[in-house]
Amino acid sequence: MNWETVIGLETHVELATKSKIFCGCTTRFGGAPNTHCCPVCTGMPGALPVLNQAVLEYAVRAGVALNCHITRYSKFDRKNYFYPDLPKAYQISQLYLPIAVGGRVELSTPSGTVSVGIHELHMEEDAGKLVHDPWTDQTRADYNRCGVPLIEIVTQPDFRTADQVIAYLEQLKETLQYLGVSDCKMQEGSLRCDVNLSVRPLGSRELGTRTEMKNLNSFKAIARAIDYEARRQIELLEQGGRVVQETRRWDENKDATYAMRSKEDAQDYRYFPEPDLPPIELDEGWLARLRAAQPELAPAKRARYQADYGLPAYDCQMITSDRVLAQFFEGLVELGAPAKQAANWIMGEVLGALSARGMEPREMCLSAGTLARLIALVEEGKLNRNTAVKVFEAVFDQDGDVDAYVRAHGLEQVNDAGVVQAAVERAIQAHPQSVADFRGGKEKVFGFLVGQVMRELKGKADPKLVNTLLRQVLGGT
Amino acid sequence: MKITTELIAHISQLSRLSLPEGEQAAMAAQLERIVDYMDVLSRLDTGDIEPMSHVFPVRNVLRADEEQPSCDREALLANAPARDEESFLTPKSVE
Repeated sequence: MNWETVIGLETHVELATKSKIFCGCTTRFGGAPNTHCCPVCTGMPGALPVLNQAVLEYAVRAGVALNCHITRYSKFDRKNYFYPDLPKAYQISQLYLPIAVGGRVELSTPSGTVSVGIHELHMEEDAGKLVHDPWTDQTRADYNRCGVPLIEIVTQPDFRTADQVIAYLEQLKETLQYLGVSDCKMQEGSLRCDVNLSVRPLGSRELGTRTEMKNLNSFKAIARAIDYEARRQIELLEQGGRVVQETRRWDENKDATYAMRSKEDAQDYRYFPEPDLPPIELDEGWLARLRAAQPELAPAKRARYQADYGLPAYDCQMITSDRVLAQFFEGLVELGAPAKQAANWIMGEVLGALSARGMEPREMCLSAGTLARLIALVEEGKLNRNTAVKVFEAVFDQDGDVDAYVRAHGLEQVNDAGVVQAAVERAIQAHPQSVADFRGGKEKVFGFLVGQVMRELKGKADPKLVNTLLRQVLGGT
Repeated sequence: MKITTELIAHISQLSRLSLPEGEQAAMAAQLERIVDYMDVLSRLDTGDIEPMSHVFPVRNVLRADEEQPSCDREALLANAPARDEESFLTPKSVE
């Protein structure tokens, strides 16, 4: 029998606000245990939560970007459960009137366009971190993360393959980073994904029994867990068994999912309206201003770069893969760098230097002004491209002064035809055999001779001029 | 509404309260009387009435996204039933 895999995602994203969702404690990652805490986020009796307006704004921005309907009258609910990662014994979340509903995103994947429905997007608080100590058999609770703002984005079961899921997550990450609402660092847990998966005979309209997979903390783990779990369910059904609705944990070391001890009645969260937080009523004017101020997202930038600068699709994809890079590119172009040159420098030297240092674009110190100056020097013929790369490496880490470096190291390009001509002649005299070989038809030797001339001039000569003069001398004699 | 001993067992499990066997039947009977008392509300037709979630006509209470100093950890941990130098302690609860 042919089977179809049906997947829906619940993605939790930590918002990049300065303070927590209901109190003024910092949202900074890490910190000594329980030092980013106050009576509100540790659930002390009598403490009153107050909603951070940036959380509301970021959630609405994300909802607009995902083409959701924004709920004009929204409120919070209590999700009750006993687990010490939340000291109040409930999580403040949104069940009945989430801030955004009914969105849709279009994904372009190698196998075509996929349309994914967004069921809803809601605001909630993150939970604390529990660490079990096997020696004392006790669990330590650190509430630094407790109350960090989250949005949870729930899709419709519209995915059929792991590739589609990854394409969605990459696009979601890109969108949220462009909006500036989250840094989406999976390794720090600021983007976390639960996968709901079921299988059914191909052509069937009915959904099979699903399992939920948690603990997926990389795109790779998600893809592997999906493949594993689909195979497990299909094998189970083909052997006459049935799938049990349960939560399964992905074990990266074993490359397998296993059932978590099912907590009896764990799904009974007894939601009720949160009495401590008044409802939210959105003002149409506020919403219109926010819509107008939405930043240009990556797909729009890609289309514009192709149309306005004639850049290849590949270049546009690379440059817009990160908002900071795209801004950097726009900065270079604004400062007069030819678009294709700017793109080449970003895709080659800039990404290379970042990757060699294990850095993210936003950690880069180099300013657009510095690189634009370097590009201008190459364009004006004052530096050759190879020397410029050396200068780039020298100024990259501290955003150094390009002109000062070039002056201090005497790197100006040698454009004086007389000087180059002399060097060409010296090279020819020094390598008569090579010259004879070239004239005998060995075209390859030409590159060697160019290298010799460049060496004479310490690599600073204009390569075009060297080429021209060398050909003239070799051909003319 | 009929409150069974199974429902009592379910509710006590959810609320982490352990009831001695012998008290379950009595608790079921008492809870049933309380819930029946609430039944008086069912006599009203509330079909056209918005559910009320908040008593006061207050909307949009928001604070600016500003970081405030957190509390002294010692003060936070002072009332914990169990603690060490830096954390709250709970019985084993990680799977």
